[in-house]
Formats: sequence, C-alpha cells, structure tokens
Amino acid sequence: MITLLRAEEFDQVMTSETVWMCLSCYACSQVCPAQIPLTASLMTRAKEELLLAGKVPAELQQALENSQRYGNVLGQSPRKRSDWAKGLIPPVAVLGKDKTSADFLWFVGDYPSYHARAQEASRALAKVFHRLGADFGILGPDEVSDGDSQRLAGERGLFEMLATKNGQAFHKHKFGAIVTSDPHAYNSFKNEYPALGISYPVLHHSEFLAQWLDQLRPLLTHEIKARVAYHDPCFLGRVNGVYDEPRAVLSAIPGVELVEMAHTRSTSICCGGGGGGMWLDGFQWEKAHTRTSEWRVQEAVAAGADVLAVACPYEPLRFEDAAKTVPGAGRLVVKDIAELLAESMGD
Amino acid sequence: MNIVVLVKLVPDLVEELTIDPSGTALDASWLRLIINEFDDHAIEQAILLKEGGGGRVIIVAVEAEGVDDVLYTAAAKGADRLIKVGAEPGSGPNNHALARGLAAIVKELQPDLVLTGVQAHNDLDGPVGPLLAEHLGMPYLGYVAGVSVSPGKATARKEYPGGVIAEMELSLPGVLGIQAAEKPPRYVAVSKVRQAMQTATIESQPLAGLDASGGLPIGRMFQPEASQRATMIEGDVEGVAAKLVGILKEAGVL
Repeated sequence: MITLLRAEEFDQVMTSETVWMCLSCYACSQVCPAQIPLTASLMTRAKEELLLAGKVPAELQQALENSQRYGNVLGQSPRKRSDWAKGLIPPVAVLGKDKTSADFLWFVGDYPSYHARAQEASRALAKVFHRLGADFGILGPDEVSDGDSQRLAGERGLFEMLATKNGQAFHKHKFGAIVTSDPHAYNSFKNEYPALGISYPVLHHSEFLAQWLDQLRPLLTHEIKARVAYHDPCFLGRVNGVYDEPRAVLSAIPGVELVEMAHTRSTSICCGGGGGGMWLDGFQWEKAHTRTSEWRVQEAVAAGADVLAVACPYEPLRFEDAAKTVPGAGRLVVKDIAELLAESMGD
Repeated sequence: MNIVVLVKLVPDLVEELTIDPSGTALDASWLRLIINEFDDHAIEQAILLKEGGGGRVIIVAVEAEGVDDVLYTAAAKGADRLIKVGAEPGSGPNNHALARGLAAIVKELQPDLVLTGVQAHNDLDGPVGPLLAEHLGMPYLGYVAGVSVSPGKATARKEYPGGVIAEMELSLPGVLGIQAAEKPPRYVAVSKVRQAMQTATIESQPLAGLDASGGLPIGRMFQPEASQRATMIEGDVEGVAAKLVGILKEAGVL
C-alpha cells in the first residue's frame, strides 16, 4: 500500500482491502526511523477515504451504524447503559440523578457498560472505588461511545458527532476529572476532544489507583499467589506512555509475582481490537488465518504466567477467546487489574 | 427515468415494547423509530438502478420522529428529491388509508418505477404496495430481490419459498415490493449525511383526504402469554440434568 501511494497510484489503494488489516496499534510508528506518522496520518486517512467512498467491510459497517443510531457499537438500548450497575451495594451514582457533583466522573464506555465479560470488570472497579471511599458519578444513559476506535477506523464525522454528545453531557455536571478504564476513551479525551473544545483532566484507572496506592495497600488483605504478566494496551502504553502505574498497582497485591512477556512496554503486541479490529474479526481471519491475541497469549504461556493482567476493556474477551485455542493456555486466567484488586480486597 | 421509493418508520426493537393503557396500541412514550428494513433495501435498489442506468430517485417518506435523518441519509446515498408526507396527528393511518393518500402524491411525480419495502414488521401483511398499484392502475410484483430495467419494462427476480427464484417481466410504469436489494444497503459516512443536511431540501406535502376507513380495527394488543404447558425445571446443574433425563425417558425419547 505504501509503495502504491509513493507511486501515486491512489486508485489502486482504493480497490485494495489491505488497510483494514491495520489495527492502529502504533507499532510501526514507534519504530519508523524516519518518524513518519504512519498510524495517525497514513493508515487512518486511507481508511477515511475508503469509508467516504462507501467501501467498508460489513462487520465494521454494523458497528458504525450502531454507533450512529444508538451511541454504542454493540447496538444496545441507550436506556440500558447503566444496567450493569443494577443491584450493586452501595449503588453507583448517576450524575444529575443521584448527585449534582463529584470529585471525578467515571466514563464507563461501551464494552464495560454492555458486554457481559467487560461488565464483570466494571463491577469490580465500582467495588474498588467504593472501598477507597472515592467520590464519583457516572453519566448513565447520557454517555455515548467515546468514538476513538471509530475515528481510527476512518469515521471522523461519527467521532465528532459522538464527541459533541459527550461534551454536552460533561458540560451539564460538576466534576474535577474524568477517570476511565478504557485506554481509547482516555486517549480521545486527552488528545482528540480538546481540539473540539472539550477539555478535562483525564486519568486512566491505573493512574488513578497508583495515586491512591497508600489508601489501597491496607485494603489488599487477600493474597493472590500467582505469576502475573501485565499486557500493555497500545493506547495506554505506546501512545500515551503509561507503563509504570499499572505495574505499581499490581505489585501492591500480596502474593503477586510480576513477570514480563517477550514483547513488553513499547514493543507490546496489540490485542487485535484497535483501529476497528474489534469489528473485523471475521474479515481479518479470512485474510490472515491468525490473530494477534493468540500470539500474545502464547507469550503469556511462555513467560510462565498464571494470570494475564489487562487494563483495557477490549482485552479480557479477546484474550479469553484466544486462550481457548492456544495450546497450553487452558489454565491462563485473564483479569483486568481492577478485578485482581477487588479479589484481593475480599468480600 | 423517475424512480419513486416509499419509506416509513417502524418501532425499533432495541427497546422493549409496551402496550399503552387502551390495550390496542403500543405505548409511544418509549418508542424508538427506525427505517423499515425492507424500505432501506428499496432505497438501495433505487440507487443501484440510478448508478447503473441513470434516472432520478425520489424518496417519499411518511412523517415520523427521525424521518428527516432518514431522508438526508438517502440524499447522501444519491437520492435526488426528498418528500415528507404528513400524517394527521393521532389519525394513525392504516395501510389502506395510507395507500389512498400516497397514490395521489405518487401520481403527481409521474413515476416509471415505484419501489417500496415488501412489508413492514409492524404490520407484516404488506398491503401498501399492491393497494397503491391498484389505485394507480399499475402492475405489482412483490418479494423482489434484484431488478434490472430496459425501456418500458423491468425484469425482476422474485423469491418463492423453498429457494425457488423466478425471473419476471413487468411493464412500466409499475410497482415493486422489495424483499432485498442486489447488494446490502451501503454505509454512508456521517460527514456525508451532514453535507446532505446543508445542501438537500426536504419538501413537505400533506396526505390529502386521509381517513381511517378500510383498515382492520384492533381489538386487543398483548405481549405473548406464557402457556400452561411449559414446565420450568429448577435446581442445580446435576439435578436439572437428572430430571431432564427422567422426563425424556418417560416421553420415550431416550
């Protein structure tokens, strides 16, 4: 594709589907000796052009239409966005309904709100926040997708539409910062929303928890005796440079022995969900017959890990699926760092 | 060639449906509307015909919440003219009344081809297309999945149960009830829809002479009711499995 572009054969690029194999993981941008912004400019712009021409794989089209219509990629009812928190004690406060202001807004995100596996991590994080005595609220049905992955899949207009809706919802409430467990939401609030006039301090939950380590430590009473490999999410690590905080939080859990995988920190391997990959599983499998999530799980097994710790809502589902097919990964446990903390806190 | 596409919005099943206190209609307070899926295919088929052999695509949509977005999206896909027809508030036009009202509007547009979704999931008996054809004195063909046109006639592929497909010729002007377009409805980028909002205009026309006659009165609308025949097996996995095996043995299946 790059050769075609250099030869000014753009028409041929438009007839190729190769760009949909790009996971927007920034691995190429990271190592490019000429520092060409391959992901941010080249790949994303090529996807934008294909999208404007209406050339989009059907799986991705569904996710984009869902985002347009319902404000979430999963095509779920917007009214049910906070249903994941039903029955939690203490309850999770919805800003504007249960309280007027909070120290921070927890931006939950699409998968943590709707996907059954990701919801487990959401409930664990709610427990951790409550045990810490943190003052927080969520947007409930007013929240829509952060739009970052749709932007990286070439749907700039959709990203702006979603960002505007979130910006209007943020504007209605008083809070000091946004905390999110989703590195894509984190990235968009930090690096993309400000250009649209939507600017708030933002923390990834791993950063927030690292700041609260002193309060966190005494609560971690149950030992988790396990070798834990931490997977750096592309948009937390490579793109935003957050490597140490998740490791510091994991190290605070008694019994945890951190191990590193062959690719770590800036060389981490993408889970396969980025750049629209979350909604191109079938398409990419047909083309490549391999999955990066499976490579990653192989690395976790090779590192002798019992637990693959993650910090992005795309990952538990992707890695758990991969673990089902990778030889020797049958006993590998995939957990968000919030789930490990909640487990260590006990009941 | 003038291609007229008729579009209506139907309840979006992403929200649970509830019955209003009258017991004869859906509760509109939480109702979310979405384009009838078959009408979306009718739009796509019209655009494909335009791209293949030229012509003008005119979308006629029944007024409802969200209909402007549907019309602008159609414009972004390539529709040339957008018409919104008003339903009288609270009149709840039945399909017979709707077909009568639409016939007058469609006639004025001098169509060569009228495309409509073959049915909608909120009625399922698909009467608008055939009724409209009758009022216009045109032939009608329903359950169409693929159309080509040549001067004075259309060749349509019609699906029958059991995977049988017939190819039929229809003299034009005529009305087709679309089951599926030749290709799935395309994606149109949000920026293109926004552009259409700036450049396209939606004409409003009243649905003249709309009266409720001809339709079927709704006696009762209700959620599916649990049957007495169902038995819920309670207990843990082992217990449930054992009881299930017992029941199957008793029934002579195992």
